[in-house]
Amino acid sequence: MSGFLARVYVSPRPSVRDPEGSTILDGLHQLGFGTVEIVRAGKYFEILLEAGSGQIAEEQLDLMCRKLLANPVVEQYRFDLQVESSVE
Amino acid sequence: MKVGIIVFPGTNCERDTARAIEAVGSQPRLLWHTATEPLSGCDAVVLPGGFAHGDALRAGAIARFSPIMPRVMEFADSGRPVMGICNGFQVLVECGLLPGALLRNDSLQFRAEWVHCRVEAPVWGLQPGAMLRLPVAHGMGNYFPDASVPKPDVVLRYCDAHGRVTPQSNPNGSFDNIAGISNGNVLGLMPHPERAISDVLGSVDGSYVFQALVRELVAA
Repeated sequence: MSGFLARVYVSPRPSVRDPEGSTILDGLHQLGFGTVEIVRAGKYFEILLEAGSGQIAEEQLDLMCRKLLANPVVEQYRFDLQVESSVE
Repeated sequence: MKVGIIVFPGTNCERDTARAIEAVGSQPRLLWHTATEPLSGCDAVVLPGGFAHGDALRAGAIARFSPIMPRVMEFADSGRPVMGICNGFQVLVECGLLPGALLRNDSLQFRAEWVHCRVEAPVWGLQPGAMLRLPVAHGMGNYFPDASVPKPDVVLRYCDAHGRVTPQSNPNGSFDNIAGISNGNVLGLMPHPERAISDVLGSVDGSYVFQALVRELVAA
């Protein structure tokens, strides 16, 4: 078993309005960051897990995202994975 | 008639809901979320409002994994009435008993105010065209439809005092001014009918929803 650190990013699907992102965009414009075109606000998770291989860890994370971390009706997700430490 | 009221940690409208059910002559039964016995003793089930599990992650996202939820799903599959009010509606959407999603209000504000709703579909004997004055109190009531599944019946739409469905009368940015939907025997609505069951509370229109639920039970 190896330890993995996953970084999971959940964000609204492009077809879904994101009032929080729009409000942040307005704020950035007011601060003078006039070049900002789009802000989409989402969620970020760091997950430590153990798995027999990177592939198994990825499968587990995919399930976690689909079952709980993201609502597939309105959200999309992606994650990256790094080996954190060796167990044993 | 016995109506089960599901109580999650953070639910806070169960007593008002129980009172509303008593007021239409039925017996409420509070059911804690860890219960795993079948709900066969109930004639209907209500998921009341509140903030189950503190709305962690998304409203209703954690509550849907409660031990009692498979029983609620079975109960709904058996064709008996299930009603979700506000946070209960959010739980029904998260668990898939109702399609779509409830997003953050477009104003980003928690909206607690009186609204008018127009009945749109004859669910449980509700009369289309009937106007209800009900309170809302939510931060995530912005209904978003799921285009990949069959459309639910729209049961309630936000409207103005004259029954006109206008953007101004929509408190949360909900698609098509949707305030409530149903999928057969499962009904979800954002307004709180249990908070509008006497003149002292400002409206009696909420009783109409609970009377409809009881009528449905009598008819069954």
